Amino acid sequence: MSETLRNFANTYLMWNEGPLIWGSDVLILLTIIGIVGVLTYFKKWRWLWDEWLTTVDHKRIGIMYLIAALLMLFRGGVDAELLRTQLAIPGNHFLDAAHYDQIFTTHGTIMILFMAMPFIFALFNIVVPLQIGARDVAFPYLNAVSFWLFFFGALLFNISFVFGGSPDAGWVSYPPLSELGFDPGPGENYYLLGIQISGIGSIATGINFLATILKMRAPGMSLMRMPLFTWSVLGACIMIIFAFPALTVALALLLLDRVAGTHFFTMLHGGNPAMFVNLFWIWGHPEVYIVVLPAFGVFSEVVATFARKRIFGYASMVSSLILISVISYFVWVHHFFTMGAGPDVNTFFAIASMAVGIPTGVKVFNWLFTMWRGRIRLSLPMMWTLAFIPTFAIGGATGVMLAVAPADYQYHNSYFLIAHFHQTLIGGVVFGMLAGMYYWWPKMFGFKLDERLGRWAFWFFNIGFYICFMPQYALGLMGMQRRMYVYPADMGWNTLNLVSTIGAYLMGIGFLFIVAQVVYSIRHGERDLTGDPWDGRTLEWSLPSPAPHYNFAVIPVVTDRDMWWILKREGREEELMPRPEEVKDIHMPKNSGVPFLMGVCFFVGGFGVVFNWWWLAVAGLAGVLLSLLSRSFQYEEEYSLPAEKVIETEISLGRL
Amino acid sequence: MATHETGAASGSGAAPRHAHSGDGHSAGKYVLGYVASLVLTAIAFGLAFTHTLTPSPLVLVLLVLAGFQILVQLFFFMHVTEGNGPAFHSVAILLGFVFTFAVVLMSMWIMTFSSQVA
Ligand code: HEM
Ligand SMILES: [Cu+2]
Repeated sequence: MSETLRNFANTYLMWNEGPLIWGSDVLILLTIIGIVGVLTYFKKWRWLWDEWLTTVDHKRIGIMYLIAALLMLFRGGVDAELLRTQLAIPGNHFLDAAHYDQIFTTHGTIMILFMAMPFIFALFNIVVPLQIGARDVAFPYLNAVSFWLFFFGALLFNISFVFGGSPDAGWVSYPPLSELGFDPGPGENYYLLGIQISGIGSIATGINFLATILKMRAPGMSLMRMPLFTWSVLGACIMIIFAFPALTVALALLLLDRVAGTHFFTMLHGGNPAMFVNLFWIWGHPEVYIVVLPAFGVFSEVVATFARKRIFGYASMVSSLILISVISYFVWVHHFFTMGAGPDVNTFFAIASMAVGIPTGVKVFNWLFTMWRGRIRLSLPMMWTLAFIPTFAIGGATGVMLAVAPADYQYHNSYFLIAHFHQTLIGGVVFGMLAGMYYWWPKMFGFKLDERLGRWAFWFFNIGFYICFMPQYALGLMGMQRRMYVYPADMGWNTLNLVSTIGAYLMGIGFLFIVAQVVYSIRHGERDLTGDPWDGRTLEWSLPSPAPHYNFAVIPVVTDRDMWWILKREGREEELMPRPEEVKDIHMPKNSGVPFLMGVCFFVGGFGVVFNWWWLAVAGLAGVLLSLLSRSFQYEEEYSLPAEKVIETEISLGRL
Repeated sequence: MATHETGAASGSGAAPRHAHSGDGHSAGKYVLGYVASLVLTAIAFGLAFTHTLTPSPLVLVLLVLAGFQILVQLFFFMHVTEGNGPAFHSVAILLGFVFTFAVVLMSMWIMTFSSQVA
């Protein structure tokens, strides 16, 4: 008996690995006990279920995405600090090779798929319907399904850490390394299933927001009157729809190789590992633009608002967005120039890669011209936007260097590359999402985040960023490869590595300031009573903060781009206030527990596949089918919110 | 979606839903499409499993079958010929074709090196 128990503990719980894992187990257990305890003590279970787990309201789904993204930023950040701690000094033994591999794999995967993706989806959800004058997204129920698939996919991935072992073949998970022969543990399966499940959710989100933007705009809002953030979401959705299927296929085939004995990506039996690399990057490159386009959208909104000027060159902004979405679909080979595809292939993709720089440059100049002679206010969203511009410009320049195929043979997989993509991902995506979070936070929660603490966070994070990543360009040119867990003392890399690690700690402190800022502001943050704390330009600022759950009591008729701004200048705000005789009954989608349960079933089924416990996999899949079926027989999926109720709410909000 | 009103225009709630009642997509059409796609898949699998063809003609045949599969999807399930929706429907289909062909043809182009090194 005790023998079996010990066996179980060692194989699945990895207790033979020592205090680090015990400590994590204890922490996780305490956290769970804490959460359950608080919910029970304050009798909040019902509230949790009714208001959150079953919600189909895009604003609440957005908030849940935001919370998940911040938690994952924390987990990915801790991973990053561990990696940098190991690299701080030569010959270090803080982590061994196996742990280092696991940690850079989970760090990369989490940051891209479970931090950046939910962060952009958070803003999609919170902002898009309000900006286009809609009451919800096109398919609110599907939206909930998307969220729960993301959530349980991320949970499945994260649980590998304490049950069975983390994946360790890099976030790109190339075969043959990721094939069964070289990587027998369950970690890779966790990677494949976690991403696959959340990926289904992402495709659904892409479809949902594409339909929302094309079909649900308020009357009068032609495409060319749409706010630029909404435009950027449209671009990102098109890319999601066309790029994610390639990932789905790549992961599914690799999974078949691992669990069903096929040979799609093995060298024996006619398989070809290079095809995985190809499929992965057909998704992978568009993916980096999927996460950065919405950030561009945020910057466009923020620059116009905080410079109090109309965005410079709106039409060129839109066309460069579209150009970026299309061109970035034709550049994927720049991730594997060294695979040996020959000069003709490499030349084509090198030129296409450099071409993406042109529309991106157009956008940067438009932001600068918008600020030119504007009356700029340096609030937090604007500070992050200003910090983005030089950071992204350097990242873009080093990107063009990497796109020079022959030169890439020198930098490929070196710290030069690491510095480049962190510069664009952090400087573009993270800065952008933080700017967006600060900007729309009052709209979500009804209060502003504290400026003073936010400035500390900003400076720590930015100074830390440069101290951390600038030395890495030099390290790369000096020959330091990525994914090295240890290096000898006589390479001349010591000082730069130590400096880089110090920078990483400074960024960590910056993150802690953000946490402190949120906690402090919940109590003491400036309340937003007007609904328009930044003197905004677009429709969402015409609503109270937070917006009532039906958003618009009366759907506005849009006559202009930046309509709210124009109405304010001309003293016509009244036109967007509801008049009682115009308020009608509103059809609202009903809450449903099925999306959550479907997520649970996906989780159970995925877990079964990870360990090849087929009975569990089948049970999970059966659950998924049942939830689909139950939805097909649900006829009453809407309810009617009577006009009197709406009027009551509007009166209590002081709008009538 | 062509028959739906936008939420805004109808002044109603969230989603355009349950509209299809009178547009007459008969079940027969779906069954036919489903069977056709199964048959096409079965042929492709059969050819790949039994090694009746040498690689290059096999790839060609598989590509043609895949092309038919796309047509089945478009005509039987997505009803491309029926809607009279706005222009972006055509743009979307066109874009889809561009991306599909780009991915398939360019992947083959990129992968030619492996036959050279093999
Ligand atoms: C505090 C900020 C961060 C620090 C200090 C940091 C540090 C690191 C380090 C040390 C590595 C491993 C390098 C190696 O040994 O090859 C790494 C890899 C990586 N990071 Fe970060 N990182 C940070 C934030 C981010 C963010 C925000 C993203 C994406 C949005 C990101 C994406 C990645 C990816 C994709 C990899 C590659 C993983 C792999 O090699 O498979 N990182 N990072
Ligand atoms: Cu790329």
